Amino acid sequence: MEQITYDQLKEELYHEKMANGLEVYILPKKGFNKTYATFTTKYGSVDNTFVPLGKSEFVKVPDGIAHFLEHKLFEKEDGDVFQQFSKQGASANAFTSFTRTAYLFSSTAEVEKNLETLIDFVQSPYFSDKTVEKEKGIIGQEITMYDDNPDWRLYFGLIQNLYKNHPVRIDIAGTIESISHITKDWLYECYNTFYHPSNMLLFIVGPVDPDKIMNQVRENQARKDYQDMPEIQRQFAEEPTEAAEKKQVMQMNVQTPKCLVGIKALHVDQIGAEMLKNELTMNLLLDLLFGKSSEHYNNLYNDGLVDDSFSYDYTQEQGFGFAMIGGDTKDPDVLAERIEQILLSAKKRGTFTEEQLERTKRKKIGAFLRSVNSPDYIANQFTRYAFNEMNFFAIVPTLEEITLSDVESLAEEVIAEERFSICQVVPNQ
Amino acid sequence: MAAATEKITEMQGYKLHVIETEKYKTNTLVWRMKAPLTKEDVTKRALLPQVLQSSSAKYPSTTILRAYLDELYGATLFVDLAKKGEYHVISFLIEIANEKFLTDPTPLLKKGLELLTEILTNPNASGHGFDRETVEKEKRTLKQRIQSVYDDKMRYSNVRLIEEMCKGEPYALQVNGDLEDVDSITPENLFAYFQKAFSQDEMDLYVVGDVKAEEVTEIVSGLLQFDNRTPQMATTQDVEKRSKVNEVKEVQNVKQGKLNIGYRTNSKYGEPDYFTLQVFNGIFGGFSHSKLFINVREKASLAYYAASRLESHKGLMMVMSGIDIKNYDQAVGIIHEQMEAMKKGDFTDEELTQTKAVIRNQILETLDTSRGLLEILYHNVVAHKDITIDDWLTEMEKVTRDEIIQVAGKIDLDTIYFLTGSEEGK
Repeated sequence: MEQITYDQLKEELYHEKMANGLEVYILPKKGFNKTYATFTTKYGSVDNTFVPLGKSEFVKVPDGIAHFLEHKLFEKEDGDVFQQFSKQGASANAFTSFTRTAYLFSSTAEVEKNLETLIDFVQSPYFSDKTVEKEKGIIGQEITMYDDNPDWRLYFGLIQNLYKNHPVRIDIAGTIESISHITKDWLYECYNTFYHPSNMLLFIVGPVDPDKIMNQVRENQARKDYQDMPEIQRQFAEEPTEAAEKKQVMQMNVQTPKCLVGIKALHVDQIGAEMLKNELTMNLLLDLLFGKSSEHYNNLYNDGLVDDSFSYDYTQEQGFGFAMIGGDTKDPDVLAERIEQILLSAKKRGTFTEEQLERTKRKKIGAFLRSVNSPDYIANQFTRYAFNEMNFFAIVPTLEEITLSDVESLAEEVIAEERFSICQVVPNQ
Repeated sequence: MAAATEKITEMQGYKLHVIETEKYKTNTLVWRMKAPLTKEDVTKRALLPQVLQSSSAKYPSTTILRAYLDELYGATLFVDLAKKGEYHVISFLIEIANEKFLTDPTPLLKKGLELLTEILTNPNASGHGFDRETVEKEKRTLKQRIQSVYDDKMRYSNVRLIEEMCKGEPYALQVNGDLEDVDSITPENLFAYFQKAFSQDEMDLYVVGDVKAEEVTEIVSGLLQFDNRTPQMATTQDVEKRSKVNEVKEVQNVKQGKLNIGYRTNSKYGEPDYFTLQVFNGIFGGFSHSKLFINVREKASLAYYAASRLESHKGLMMVMSGIDIKNYDQAVGIIHEQMEAMKKGDFTDEELTQTKAVIRNQILETLDTSRGLLEILYHNVVAHKDITIDDWLTEMEKVTRDEIIQVAGKIDLDTIYFLTGSEEGK
């Protein structure tokens, strides 16, 4: 077991790679009641074309299957794993993103028992025709719930505008039609390919004894018979660097229009330290342009174009990435135009001062400290960083390194009209 | 197990609550002020904190104020409104890094408290009115905030249930106030209300973090002083039990129907059977092992979510679920059956122990976040009680099956609200 100390943060991280390839991390947190554990596979909604384990041809699976699998893993021959967790005083959950599926629990007692339950249930699939059919009704309602949610439709509409071919454009839950094709055999095929320990990461954070917990995981894994697995082969369609569509307007049952402007990211082949720096630089750039202390934000607010729903965000993963800016607005066309102008203005060198950059970095450092108050946040983010070969705890030192010229170069490069797209939700006519 | 303790000091015009803990890398400062909910004041109270947090005399524009927050290692400042029973509660929250974890030794706690003082007591105003432009801007944003409820159907249906169920009671007022009342607010009448609120509201300051109570008390006593006051109590009238269940259907262009059911629990925070009610809610609908989740979702496959929650100070329980429009009768039938089962004591000992374990876990987890902890402690301010977190844990443990059946017997179905699609849809 390897021990890594972060002096300034006063945190110690423990790490071991199991014989079967599973990565295990433990972060002891003194004074907390809660232990939080996530067991995550590097498998999400974008992994829809791959060579199944033991086969040689690529297959394309029904949209929404990673998420469907996440739901079904909780059900076993003898009942529901949620029940097991709550008997042990824990609360359990799971989520599926573009690139990950995570299973988790939190508890303040019987941590070892709950950890055992978490690892074992994820590592023992049980799918039957009957339970697969039953789940279609439940997930169908989850899909309709999102269909009525204007913010979700806006977000996904923008991704679909930006991406022409990449599976990031497919809704994580799929559609009622696409999930109707899911069978137990499909689920097993996906499970066997993506749930091998060497494709997974276990993170435990809380008031735990790292030696004891690491031992437990080691023994648990040693009892299970995993064969070494060849590297997973995924396939993604070619994707142009410009946005697929310029603009999309959706009519929905809302009173206030909504508008998001997106930028399709560059450098989505990056990994590790390089990716971390790019991601943080992009975040600083957005903060400098649209943060609450920026002139631009205040002009938009004073002109009545944005309210407190205004936000901006940047996502970067392997093969795709995007920045999004916007919110509720009385005039979606004017807001879109203003945001695009603000972005384009940032291509000019000398837009920002050293002082602004320093202040924005301070803000980011404070936000990082705030985020490490939350065990949930650490576990989930650490895993995302690790899957991209980045170090979560390198955020502050990396931020400190970023110069004004880094920000300016990125702005010059990434901001371009052909990578912009607009998505709006307007009231039904 | 670490159940946090608060040190409470009576200050001039407010109470200071300090919770010393080494858990966090930041310090949390929360200023709360509460007054009875009234139609007359609710909209002004919704606007006031927005105006105060947008600028101050020393930081006369949002840009300047926000730049200063960034300077303080991205201290966050935001305001929040809540209904707690028949009270309207305004919160100002500042979270600021603890300099222990920074290479820069600037004393941030003091700066955070000074900033809070500035926001609360030194507004951007001249004479007897707030800065006119700020008020107009914030009025516009408040209108949008009130309207935005309509666009989030889950929130909307919940608000509509309360409106229908508590018609004529102060609790039916919306937390952000009334759209029609926004226009009549002026910089002057808002300023007058500001002075009134700070002289009459019950006010509390919470400081949570790796701090020393004496140090906090010393800083705070030099910064914040108000006139002493006697807190105003909300007058709650008894609500007659309905002779017939109030059933409301509203048609909109939606794909999924939102079913919200309201009950009167006739039991509130601070009353002897309150903890029993918590356990009741846990077995009935609070968790993923509860009857609603199992029967509406897992067995009948009707919904993605089906849950219940309590309003502790008003004595309400609300069930919510998103269902296919055609399944209304079946879903309502299943929910009624679960309530009947509870009233008859048709639940296992295992469900009871399981629920207690999960509630215990939930409370202890809540204590790990500074804001969750504060939420639990603030119940005592609202109800004027003195229930410790240890009381919560031990009283919950003692709850028996018979007590649950008794509490179930007191629960009355009041209103069924359904937001449904157009008739010809589906």
